[in-house]
Amino acid sequence: MTTTLAPSPARRAPRRRRTGEALAGWGFVTPATLLVVGLSIFPAVWAFLLSLQDWNGFSTPEPVGADNYRRMLTDAELGAAVGHTLLYTALFVPASLFLGLGLAVALNRRLVLVGVYRTLVFLPFVVSAAATGILTTYLFNPQFGFVNNVLRVLGLPQQGWLEDPSQAMVVITIMSLWGQAAFTTVIYLAALQDIPVELAEAARVDGANRWQSFWHVTFPQLAPVTVFVAIWQTIQAIQLFDLVYTTTRGGPLGSTETVVYYLWKAAFKELEFGYASAVAYGLFAVTLLITIAVTLYSRRTKVGGL
Amino acid sequence: MPTTVPGPAAYAAAPGGPQAVPPGAPDGPPPASTTATAAPRRRRRRAWLWHLLLVPVAALFATPFVQMFLTSLTPEAEINRFPPRFWPSQLTLDGYVKLFTETDVLRWTTNTVLVSVVAVASHIVLCSLAGYGFARLKFPGRTFGFLAIMATIMIPTQLLMVPTYVLFARIGIIDTLAAAMVPWLASAFGIFLMRQFFLSLPPELEEAAVLDGCSRLSTFWRIILPLARPALATLAIFTLLGSWNDLVWPLIAINDPSSFTLQLGITNFQGARRTDWSLLMASNVVATLPLVLFFLFAQRQFIATMTFTGVKG
Repeated sequence: MTTTLAPSPARRAPRRRRTGEALAGWGFVTPATLLVVGLSIFPAVWAFLLSLQDWNGFSTPEPVGADNYRRMLTDAELGAAVGHTLLYTALFVPASLFLGLGLAVALNRRLVLVGVYRTLVFLPFVVSAAATGILTTYLFNPQFGFVNNVLRVLGLPQQGWLEDPSQAMVVITIMSLWGQAAFTTVIYLAALQDIPVELAEAARVDGANRWQSFWHVTFPQLAPVTVFVAIWQTIQAIQLFDLVYTTTRGGPLGSTETVVYYLWKAAFKELEFGYASAVAYGLFAVTLLITIAVTLYSRRTKVGGL
Repeated sequence: MPTTVPGPAAYAAAPGGPQAVPPGAPDGPPPASTTATAAPRRRRRRAWLWHLLLVPVAALFATPFVQMFLTSLTPEAEINRFPPRFWPSQLTLDGYVKLFTETDVLRWTTNTVLVSVVAVASHIVLCSLAGYGFARLKFPGRTFGFLAIMATIMIPTQLLMVPTYVLFARIGIIDTLAAAMVPWLASAFGIFLMRQFFLSLPPELEEAAVLDGCSRLSTFWRIILPLARPALATLAIFTLLGSWNDLVWPLIAINDPSSFTLQLGITNFQGARRTDWSLLMASNVVATLPLVLFFLFAQRQFIATMTFTGVKG
């Protein structure tokens, strides 16, 4: 640690003590703050300047004003990428909420082996996108993959999975859910355990059955968490990149090319740094708008406590 | 991936620090949802229903792991045959032998270990120092500095890809391991986590030490940091998961195979060794097993980490 620190404060020198504490404070926070701000706010501002230029990283940057943003409006491939991203979001977010809630309810009880079930559900959370990608291409391989093998044994028709443009995104969603169910489950488990047991008990005493007591007593208590998890998962979903890169690289026939994958391609394959930065800002703006809209809506309807 | 960049989740996290966060149901007795008066036999029958549901679900979640291990031990000739078998007729270590003799996987593993060790150590030192400064010391610019850090949480990774690449090129760390390390030296989430924890400690602790003539740094080092172990565990796990599994930063900044991280290396196999499934799966096991074992060993802390990244909507 190279932080310079003031000597121990003397009791009778309040001013020196204050200066000392200020120096100590700066010493404590400066290294981490410089790194974090330097690697995010500074590049973010730079990205905005880049988005107003035409630049391939080598030549002299050419100022083009808002041209990059205008180009986004008429870019058919970007439009398609937005469509694929929306499809993934529409598949992934509701599924991850239902799965997380269902698993949390099931795992939130005193059962033999419940520890084993929990471990198995949580374990995929530590598996990287790279490893998940290799697993996905293996499990869903049309010729010798495990999934088609199971279908064959059951006498069901074989599927193309990652090689079929209409199924590839579904496969990516399934494997995303496998890897991330732990997250929503853990959040819902924590929320369920925060609900006083007396509430459900009171409902039962009043004659509600299990389902009624869950639906009318437990579920409303989970509403704020649900709003939060929905926003969080939506932000994750519209930023999908890793798993696409490690499975299909946007294929087949571009059917899994998401916005961030398109952005990555524009930046690092086609070296259109300016345009890629504009796309990044467009996506950032959409993310912010969604977050603000959902938060305001849930405040007004008093569902969310965000 | 969920752990790379902490999003607005951190805003919503419980202010009491990781201790105040309800552990995401590790082993503690969960509140039984059946009423105490329910007949035990009925309850046992219901338990069977839950098992009936949970066994297939757990099996589904375990299938990719089982397939990964089995395939890594299956002879190459048996994998690509039709119809495929569910169980190999014999097990072999050929995939692992090929992996370690024909590829640079050892080097990549060393690289990843280096990146993760540096990331965790740096996070622990820098984020706890900054967290303590923001929580406890009074200095001009404190509020502004902390707000600036919180604002960075909203900035998504994809916005940073291009300028960070250009920045790394300018400072000359493209194609070096430093490019994989630098993004993991400190994080807004880490600072926030530690600040919340230090705010939850009673101030009398360090006031006494300071009156006794202890310097700020030695108070922090001798008195405060030892108390912060639970928060540091959360921080270490968050950083380990993120840096070990990171793909984006190595992908954009490293093209030289000798500086590949493990994740980048195995992703590259997919093109280069497309059909070499036992080798691919062996590399998958090498990349995954350390974190799996660590998870099994420290499940409670992992779950606390997951819970802290987003709880209390």
